[in-house]
Amino acid sequence: MALKFPIFMDAQSTTPCDPRVVEAMLPYFTEKFGHPASRNHPFGWEAEAAVDAARGKLARLIGARDPKELVFTSGGTEAINLALKGVAEMYREKGNHIVTTVIEQRAGIDVCKRLERQGYEVTYVPVQPDGLIDVEEIRKAVTDKTILISVMFANNEIGTIQDIAAIGKLAKEKGIIFHTDATQAVGKTPIDVEAMGIDLLSCTAHLIYGPKGVGALYVRRKGPRVRLAPLFDGGGHERGMRSGTLPVPLCVGFGRAAEIAQESMAAENARIAKLRDRLQDVILSSVDEAFLNGRPDRRLAGNLNISFAYVEGESVLMGLNKETALSSGSACTSSTLEPSYVIAALGASAELAHSSIRFSLHRFNTDEEVEYVGQRTIEVIKRLREMSPLYELAKEGIDLKTIKWKAE
Amino acid sequence: MAYSEKVVDHYNNPRNVGSFGKDTPGVGTGLVGAPECGDVMKLQIKVNLETGVIEDAKFKTFGCGSAIASSSLATEWLKGKTVDEAAKIKNTDIVNELKLPPVKIHCSVLAEDAIKAALADYKEKNASAAAPVASK
Repeated sequence: MALKFPIFMDAQSTTPCDPRVVEAMLPYFTEKFGHPASRNHPFGWEAEAAVDAARGKLARLIGARDPKELVFTSGGTEAINLALKGVAEMYREKGNHIVTTVIEQRAGIDVCKRLERQGYEVTYVPVQPDGLIDVEEIRKAVTDKTILISVMFANNEIGTIQDIAAIGKLAKEKGIIFHTDATQAVGKTPIDVEAMGIDLLSCTAHLIYGPKGVGALYVRRKGPRVRLAPLFDGGGHERGMRSGTLPVPLCVGFGRAAEIAQESMAAENARIAKLRDRLQDVILSSVDEAFLNGRPDRRLAGNLNISFAYVEGESVLMGLNKETALSSGSACTSSTLEPSYVIAALGASAELAHSSIRFSLHRFNTDEEVEYVGQRTIEVIKRLREMSPLYELAKEGIDLKTIKWKAE
Repeated sequence: MAYSEKVVDHYNNPRNVGSFGKDTPGVGTGLVGAPECGDVMKLQIKVNLETGVIEDAKFKTFGCGSAIASSSLATEWLKGKTVDEAAKIKNTDIVNELKLPPVKIHCSVLAEDAIKAALADYKEKNASAAAPVASK
């Protein structure tokens, strides 16, 4: 098959809609346009039925007992905001302490920073060099004032899947509400909110071949019943937790995407992991001083994150970006102009954070694409190393740590 | 972010990549930046000890595309200039030539620092031997 450019390997930033998802959504833009809260006519009933069916599909994907436990939001960021701020406000009298980790995605970190400014206390549990959070560190961080434990399910940069069931068990034991940001995990790895003791779970459609603009928060109704202060006031939709007219076509698309993910997860993960492993082998067998980030055996199937010593990430992307879409933890590719705090938190040098490249594969990638991207990456790294003063120094046997760098 | 054509050109066809022996007579070396900041530039000039003119310049850069382009452009500009003329190259000249966006201005600053560091190194090494050249 001829290659089609540019090749997309940035599927942890977003994914294309599956054509089956689009097909399911289309009628809800035009003839089935009703408002799901219109209780007294067929347009409303039709829309409500569609939204509830979508809720049911999502509930099945994550093992929720009752579809009503799912609250639609505008996406992962809103779901995380609702979970964290909603618990913080609702349980303020019980305590003011939150335990989270240093590797949460920006939404998780930034909500916690805001809560700290409002008088809450937050403990950011460190991560081990392999990308895993030590459950004992969470246990040590918990106090009698802790009202929430929030730990991401799978990391957006290194793909490491946490031991969520063990954290859920700890939370149950301590009687603390447990939220997991599962935006990267839902549909990619088996989730069972009951077996894993999850009380709140954030997810989004656009990372599982659904549309952008819709996400959901799972809110446990029984054992314990979790209550949340809403972010918005309004019509009291979504059991009062999220007022606002539901985007019915997006909800339907999310439901269809969840359904496809559930049906195809096992086979698809096997196929994507094989492609990813091939890409990893091609690159690591040809490039020296390339370091895999994150624990290889607890990774999302499509994730490959490598730090290429002596080259800066943005320059790597620039060498490939006409033909391949990837992402990097380099400062120059981030809106904050800081290098990846996730890679840095693993204990790697800041230089290796600047040098990290994330390949994230998806449903539609092919063998040919993997071979091509692998070879091109090798070429670009070699070319940039020839241009790198650090590579030259290292080859001369000079330890870069012994140099007194004059930072600007 | 889209790159200017000139940045892309310098990135794809960097001018004067390479190194001179540090101790070669007439060579001045500047090494600026820091790995943990994500950019390091090594810029070298080779000065004709009789005329004080920079006959050749080379660079190696660890950094983003704009950092590579800034240092590549700097080597181009340095060639043919006297040491005194070279000292007048400003980072804003590089910004204008490469149409660098505000977030990339530090790349041009680093390139100017690299030029200054290379010139200072040259002057230091040749302070005794080549002092008369500068005064003529």
